[in-house]
Amino acid sequence: MSLWKVAWRSIQQRFLVSALTVVSMGLGVALVVVVLVVYGVVYQSFHRGGEGYDLIVGAKGGREQLVLNTVFYLSQPVGNIPYDFFEELTIGKFASTVELAVPVCMGHNYQGFRVVGTVPEMFGELKYRGDKSYEFAQGENFKAENHFDGVLGATAAARTKLLVGETFQAVHGSGIGGRTHKQSFTVVGILAPTGTPVDRAVFVNMYGFHDIHHAESLTSGEESEHHDGHEGDAHHEHFDQIKEITAALVCIQQYPPGRTDVVARAINKSQVAQAVVPARVIADLFESVVGKLQWILLGMAVLTTVVAGIGIMVSIYNSMSDRRHEIAVMRALGASRTTVMLIIMMESILLALMGGALGLLLGHGAIWACSSLIAEWTGVAVGLLQFQRVELILIPGLIALAAAVGYLPAMAAYRTDVSKSLITTP
Amino acid sequence: MLFLKDLVKTFTQPDGSVLPVLDIPEFRVAAGEQMVLVGRSGCGKTTLLHVIAGIGRPDSGKVRIDDWDITLMPEAECDRFRADRIGYVFQTFNLLAGFTALENVLLSMRFARGRADKARARHLLDRVGLSHRMTHRPAQLSVGEKQRVAVARALANKPQLLLADEPTANVDAGHQQQILDLIHETCREENVALVLVTHSDEVAEQFPRVDHLEEINRSVVGYVQKDEDN
Repeated sequence: MSLWKVAWRSIQQRFLVSALTVVSMGLGVALVVVVLVVYGVVYQSFHRGGEGYDLIVGAKGGREQLVLNTVFYLSQPVGNIPYDFFEELTIGKFASTVELAVPVCMGHNYQGFRVVGTVPEMFGELKYRGDKSYEFAQGENFKAENHFDGVLGATAAARTKLLVGETFQAVHGSGIGGRTHKQSFTVVGILAPTGTPVDRAVFVNMYGFHDIHHAESLTSGEESEHHDGHEGDAHHEHFDQIKEITAALVCIQQYPPGRTDVVARAINKSQVAQAVVPARVIADLFESVVGKLQWILLGMAVLTTVVAGIGIMVSIYNSMSDRRHEIAVMRALGASRTTVMLIIMMESILLALMGGALGLLLGHGAIWACSSLIAEWTGVAVGLLQFQRVELILIPGLIALAAAVGYLPAMAAYRTDVSKSLITTP
Repeated sequence: MLFLKDLVKTFTQPDGSVLPVLDIPEFRVAAGEQMVLVGRSGCGKTTLLHVIAGIGRPDSGKVRIDDWDITLMPEAECDRFRADRIGYVFQTFNLLAGFTALENVLLSMRFARGRADKARARHLLDRVGLSHRMTHRPAQLSVGEKQRVAVARALANKPQLLLADEPTANVDAGHQQQILDLIHETCREENVALVLVTHSDEVAEQFPRVDHLEEINRSVVGYVQKDEDN
């Protein structure tokens, strides 16, 4: 019979108190798990957006704003860059190092979802989350020659309930309440979920994006009105030939390595544009915005677990007065002081581990129960058994906590006066 | 086999005064011998057993079991010695409530050797007539059955010495003789020396050797020196 079994029998004997202690510990651990998983989800959600290209080239201004606007479709555009500068990337002085450059234009929305003007290469050649190719759940990619075709991200399609073949009209500006353009776009494809901000956007042919102004100016002759709903410095040209874009998503040739920084430095020396490495900006943004919050939440969760650990100590310590006789009997049977001390420590560890197991189950169960909501909000799919690597420290952490809180009652057992306790009637 | 020499044990009372409990010039028990110690309540019978078992330390004197003086042993060694060589039957059985009859016996083995001999534990419980109650917990056993489990537990590690502290005091008359017979027989079968403490003349009459604590313990009020001391 192992000492673990002796400790387990003691837990069984005080079933109700032990169960309540385990539940209390379980809730603490569940909180830690939820914080860790949510952090992981937010981290993935944040970082996935900028994977797939090396640089974002946009107007001079805040680099965070450029990334927020271009990657996450948040905030306002910094401004526009001349199309001529974009051509420097594709056919000009940077062409030898640029593998792919995809223009994006902002300034419209549909039912709150950003309408992004771009080119078919956005989904034909650009990758996402590293090396994944975009796939269409329905329909197909828009064609360069069809100016008023568009495709929808998975979440945008689900929310707007637009189907392939249906039409929609973009609204001026990036928020609801702008003026609706008369020119309609036809949905030709719906993207499969990517788990990136692309899911929550509407993409149209860049030429059509600009043509809607041009078409309206021809019919109404009130060109000046068209800028009323614009925000920031984003402007649209009302001509067949595009003169400005909001930004470019750029893939740099990987060999020889280090070219990304060389190109970025060269672009940043120009007067008209800046180049940022999205991965770095996202990492900085994440650390400054979410990182500190995560530590605060984690600190609170750990504190809750420690309080639950103290609950274990109180539970065992309170039972010591009833158990002195039992400990004395064990000592009389030949158990050493160290042995009875170990039994109490093991009891504490067992309670903590059971609480930990319950907490893992509760935490992941709660996350799993909310997984469809999380997937919709962040595009990140969370499974029941999707563990964060940092959760691995939970088990040794709990054992250390249990050993620490079990020490006091264990010492009480260690110091039990056998002779006196045996004379006392149990 | 058991030899006590100039054994003194005192207790300090709450008011600071010292209460002499044991003052035994000499006491011997031979290997395999069965004897009974008789004395009225409070004369130090249980304290003497605790000192012999190494549960309580004497102020001075020797407690030799075979060639070992347990008063000279470090506590951990004394614990191991007790587990290996001394069996103890308590007046109140002192079975561990959370464990079955079989586990109570196995636990004693675990503390002695670090491992349990299930076959011997089953044999002992069978010997005390409890083969059908092995998986029962103390609360499910009768008083007589509890004490029989306690006897089996005390013999689990093949001790050389069995100390029994009023083993029939809490047992009804019907089971009293049964328990005594069991202790007698099992000690004889296993060649275990027995020191049984009682205040019952009825129990004492059944043993070939009866020592009165009043005759060996100088701390007892009314201490009477034995004839051979005169």
